Amino acid sequence: MTVIDVRSILVVGGRRFVSAPVSAKFGMVVIAAYVLAALLAPHLTPYGEAEIVGTQFEPWSSKFWLGTDNLGRDMLTRLAFGARNTIGIALLTTCLAFSIGAFAGLAAATFAGWLDQILARLVDVLMSIPQLIFALLLLSIFGTSVSALVVVIALLDSTRVFRLSRAVAINVAVLDYVEAARLRGEGATWIMTREILPNIAPTLVAEFGLRFCFVFLLISALSFLGLGIQPPTADWGSMVRDSATLISYGDITPLLPAGAIALLAVAVNLVVDWLLHSASGLHDA
Amino acid sequence: MAPIAKIIGQRVALGMLTLWIVSVIIFAGVQFLPGDIATEMLGQSATAETIAAFRKSLGLDLPVHLRYAYWLADVLRGDLGTALSNGRDIGELIRPRLFNTLFLALTAAIMAVPSALLGGLLSALYRNTFFDRLINVFTLSSISLPEFFIAYILIMVLSAKAGIFPSLADVDSTAGLAGRLNAVALPALTLTLAVLAHMTRMTRTSIINLLANQYIETARLKGLPEWRVLVRHALPNAWAPIVTVVVLNLAYLITGVVIVEVVFVYPGLGQLIVDSVQKRDIPVVQACSLIFAATYVLLNLTADVLSIVTNPRLMHPK
Amino acid sequence: MSKWGEHSKPALTVSRRSVLKSAAAVGALAITSSGATLSVVAQESAPKRGGHFKLGVAAGATSDSLDPGTYTNSFTELFGKTLHGYLTGIDADGKVNGEIAESWDVSKDAKTWIFKLRKGVEFHNGKSLDAKDVLASINHHREEQSKSGAKPIVDPVDEVRADGPGTVVFVLKDGNADFPYLLEDFHLAIVPSKDGKADVSGVGAGGYVLDNIDYGVKGTGKRFANYWKSDAAWFDSFEALAIHDVTARTNALATGQIHAMERCDLKTIHLLERNKDLEIVSIAGTQFYCTAMDCKAAPFDNADVRLAVKHAINRQQLLDTLLHGHGKLGNDHPIGSTNRFFAKNLPQREFDPEKARFHLKKAGLSDLKISLSTADAAFPGAVDAAAIYQQDAAKAGVSIDVVREPNDGYWDTVWLKKPFYMSYWLGRPTADWMFSQGYAADAAWNQGHWKNARFNELLVAARSELDDAKRSEMYAEMQSICRDDGGEVIPVFANNVSALSRKIAHTKLASNWDLDGFRCAERWWFADA
Repeated sequence: MTVIDVRSILVVGGRRFVSAPVSAKFGMVVIAAYVLAALLAPHLTPYGEAEIVGTQFEPWSSKFWLGTDNLGRDMLTRLAFGARNTIGIALLTTCLAFSIGAFAGLAAATFAGWLDQILARLVDVLMSIPQLIFALLLLSIFGTSVSALVVVIALLDSTRVFRLSRAVAINVAVLDYVEAARLRGEGATWIMTREILPNIAPTLVAEFGLRFCFVFLLISALSFLGLGIQPPTADWGSMVRDSATLISYGDITPLLPAGAIALLAVAVNLVVDWLLHSASGLHDA
Repeated sequence: MAPIAKIIGQRVALGMLTLWIVSVIIFAGVQFLPGDIATEMLGQSATAETIAAFRKSLGLDLPVHLRYAYWLADVLRGDLGTALSNGRDIGELIRPRLFNTLFLALTAAIMAVPSALLGGLLSALYRNTFFDRLINVFTLSSISLPEFFIAYILIMVLSAKAGIFPSLADVDSTAGLAGRLNAVALPALTLTLAVLAHMTRMTRTSIINLLANQYIETARLKGLPEWRVLVRHALPNAWAPIVTVVVLNLAYLITGVVIVEVVFVYPGLGQLIVDSVQKRDIPVVQACSLIFAATYVLLNLTADVLSIVTNPRLMHPK
Repeated sequence: MSKWGEHSKPALTVSRRSVLKSAAAVGALAITSSGATLSVVAQESAPKRGGHFKLGVAAGATSDSLDPGTYTNSFTELFGKTLHGYLTGIDADGKVNGEIAESWDVSKDAKTWIFKLRKGVEFHNGKSLDAKDVLASINHHREEQSKSGAKPIVDPVDEVRADGPGTVVFVLKDGNADFPYLLEDFHLAIVPSKDGKADVSGVGAGGYVLDNIDYGVKGTGKRFANYWKSDAAWFDSFEALAIHDVTARTNALATGQIHAMERCDLKTIHLLERNKDLEIVSIAGTQFYCTAMDCKAAPFDNADVRLAVKHAINRQQLLDTLLHGHGKLGNDHPIGSTNRFFAKNLPQREFDPEKARFHLKKAGLSDLKISLSTADAAFPGAVDAAAIYQQDAAKAGVSIDVVREPNDGYWDTVWLKKPFYMSYWLGRPTADWMFSQGYAADAAWNQGHWKNARFNELLVAARSELDDAKRSEMYAEMQSICRDDGGEVIPVFANNVSALSRKIAHTKLASNWDLDGFRCAERWWFADA
């Protein structure tokens, strides 16, 4: 969590940006463009988010730059609004999942003993329940509002983050300098945040980029069950689903929202790679 | 090796405990979902009396805890019971499907795990080169696409256009190994693409993460070629996160393939559990959940043991 | 798309005590001719035997069973009609005809029905069929503990008895002129009696013998050598695959892994039509989509509010967008254009924001805010339909808040419970059955909890009325009442749209159920390859 600190990035931003490799610059430009599109969607787009403006599946034209979707809504407009909804929800969910998962994982590794056992057992139980049933149970208890969606997906995802951060942190927790800190009499919080966290951060950051993608997919999978984002809100996952059958006829329309997700995923991970690279102190490439 | 044996013993016991808790949660949880098997089975075309009659014939008028107790007693005797929906023996219902699921998972794992490790190693070796970026973009694109969409693309290219593989994974009990492999080729490929990225990325990251360490520097200074440094010195220390991620993905291959089963009409456990949840056929849901949970516990155990065995410090505590 | 002619005049002659020969008309369900969509090839080639027929069905679950009382999806329904014989059948023109019952007599009050059984009908296990088997089969659904989906059909039966081995007598609680139609229902399969009980293991008297069935996956059957019909069941064997995903179904058909599929994806139907190797068949039927309003509570307890909501939906757009023209406009009553009692002269309700506002005003409202519960479980595309409805209704001062409910459990938590929700009916073959089951004041599935005294009075009167002209008038009035006062918005009737390989030949397709009345394996054959 600490590494994707928006403020610190802003502070060092300018200087760092100039010194960044081309790939990272590309990633940042893409992310910035997405964020702008998300923030300014209502001003940038020619039509309303749910407005039906043409007949369904119209081809690309000067009126509808990217054609229309299965109900005759403007594809470009839906894509821009989709950025707003999808990125916002996915980012929020991933952050929440990492806050819960990484903290619990760190605590388990640091304190070991019974706390570790309890947390590990709990996560084991949660993870051994088939995800579909788990999601169904939780969503039928919490309902299908966006906030419930965020919490449920974050909870599901945090178990995976926990497993990973615990696995990495246990390796670090037995290292000499952590042992030394313990003997120095440092508090648990100090050990967790100052000794262990910086050493497992790169792995977590790499995982963050991927988890971010998985959240998109999970949201789209949930709308398969009728539990996803409420219509007529645009989100990329559902947009792929709505038009997916077209691909069998060689129509590339469904590739647009899918491509939007892929491009963002690549961009996020390029930036993550760069952060990872500069954090690890390697300069040999 | 004694501590290892002790740890394994402990983990097996804990695994059993996990299974039991899972069975309680599922049994209780399914009760919270609206409707029960009677309303789901008989659907729109049933009256209150019909539903009541059906419920009674299945013993659903008994209290929940009694039903759970009966069920548990039967399972401990090795009897998974009969499906409420059609009265068939659950063991018989599950066996061929479990085999199909494991076969598909194994095929996918054989393709995915070695290529992920190799891909990760190579992109760590040639980090920040064009090759690395190519692998990066390819794997990221493949996980950015929903599974069903990958499946459609593969069907269009490899089945409809090229005609290499069938679009339906129609496996018969009579089909030989070659026939089976041909039938599961597309679903296995879809699953491979779905799990490849995660494992590749984690391998790469874990290895690169270790490159700044002193012993790597030392190895380099000894004049070892870079690939030997990676394979002999970095990889052994990177196993813990890699194994964790590999295990998570293997578990996913077994428990999370419903969509692939639906698209390719493959008779595995995923479809069975979805049908059973929808119909509220609790004994079947329970049996499938137990199998999934057991798979997870077993894989997890493997991961834990591997992590310990590969970490010298954990192996030989001071 | 396909053009549907006006339905043929019902050639109906129910003399008071007429012996109805097997093919005689009791009254057509008046199926429209499907001229344009039928391939010329199909009609030219004479039926011939042979081949292995593979079919992709859109349903089927691991929890299915072969007990006819439990049939709930097209996979099991197809097996019902393929493995089993039925007392009556409905042909491509919608006329009822004799199958296992060769002919029947009816009493003046339409209460007593006497069915003469066909001689020489044999079950797959070699047993020859007699009245005892029919009794066991029907009683299987009538038992007190019965969990059969056909219970509502057999409940009005007061008594069934055998009159010798070749005759079965049904005595009904109330007269019902439509009774032979009801016996065609796929639940009412005639199975062998075993110790007086129905044997529901899949042994039947139909055209194919069950070979193997893997529930939720596929089932296969072989032609029954001793089938009593000599001019049917042309394939040597058939195989039905449960393929839930529509794209998977379409791909399997396009790559030749199956010969026919039901329920095409309407979103891409225009692309599928370009495939010259396939024939798309679009058959108007009884299925309709609806949105129910709870008439017991505000705001829908006011008939003007209901009218406003009915005028605020753009039916044509739903038909074009959701069904791509593969359907008919609905007129807020449940009787389809193929029904012989369809009220042709009732004006079609249109999208009219002005009228909607007018009715709102009449109800003392300047605008209306309502929540519409929907899920794709209600019908395919229901969530999209709600989005379209929301757009159009806004123009009429009705603001709809779309609430997407989980698919899982939709029929338990939403259906019949929420004040405003989407739903569908597969429809019923007769007007009386449709109205009695879904619109009568005491009907268990009266989706809008709607009660109308005049309507209920007519319903009872029409059921026992034997004069068809009078009956027709009554049903017309009931449709009109339902349209203007009823608790459901019924915007469209959906066609059954299937796709067939050109290798398959067939005659005119029946419309009572999907897939040629679920009798495709019996009625279709392979054209010369």
